[in-house]
Amino acid sequence: MRISVQDAPFDLGQESADFAAGHRDMGAIVTFTGIVRDLPDDPMEAMEIEHYPGMTEKAITQIAEQARARFSLGDVLVIHRFGKLVPGEMIMMVATAARHRKDAFEAATFLMDYLKSRAPFWKREISASGAAWVAATDEDEDALARW
Amino acid sequence: MDIVYFAWVRERIGLPREVVETTAATVMDLVAELSAREERYAMAFSDISALRVALDQELSDFDAPLEGVREVAFFPPMTGG
Repeated sequence: MRISVQDAPFDLGQESADFAAGHRDMGAIVTFTGIVRDLPDDPMEAMEIEHYPGMTEKAITQIAEQARARFSLGDVLVIHRFGKLVPGEMIMMVATAARHRKDAFEAATFLMDYLKSRAPFWKREISASGAAWVAATDEDEDALARW
Repeated sequence: MDIVYFAWVRERIGLPREVVETTAATVMDLVAELSAREERYAMAFSDISALRVALDQELSDFDAPLEGVREVAFFPPMTGG
């Protein structure tokens, strides 16, 4: 299991290849990548991601451990960036390895649902019209209820 | 006790971290104490339902006791992923 909270960009291909290597008994690997999305009517100059150093790593580790306890997983990878990003840049990725695809897919969804509203990150969108904190949505919170 | 603020809570209060001498028994007591200090605190804490609290870097509740707690963090709902 590897958790990385970093400001530097990551190489999706390299991370995926490294994660896949050495798992002879895992038949399924799922990866999800989050990208900074531009605003449709108000072009974004940057997205700033603030986090709570110390708690962030602990919270993500707890979420990954819950995923391991709940699904039959061989391995988990979570990379989440902070700092200033521009549209099109990769914010984060998760990868899950399991013997079968159902566990790998479900665990990746579980990780994403929890990272969204239980990992201490806050996003701020900066555009020509100003800067605004991204608000959490009811759907984000509701997504946890199904687990 | 160390108190840390993030995102718009940090902006409204105007600082990221401070050390506070307090005898507050619960998070709610601490919020009341801070809110009574200055308008900017009262503004930041005006709607508790829009806030989250972590005690020693673990998510907690506003009615949680503060005994033995070293670091309290206030922030809006998280937007990771």
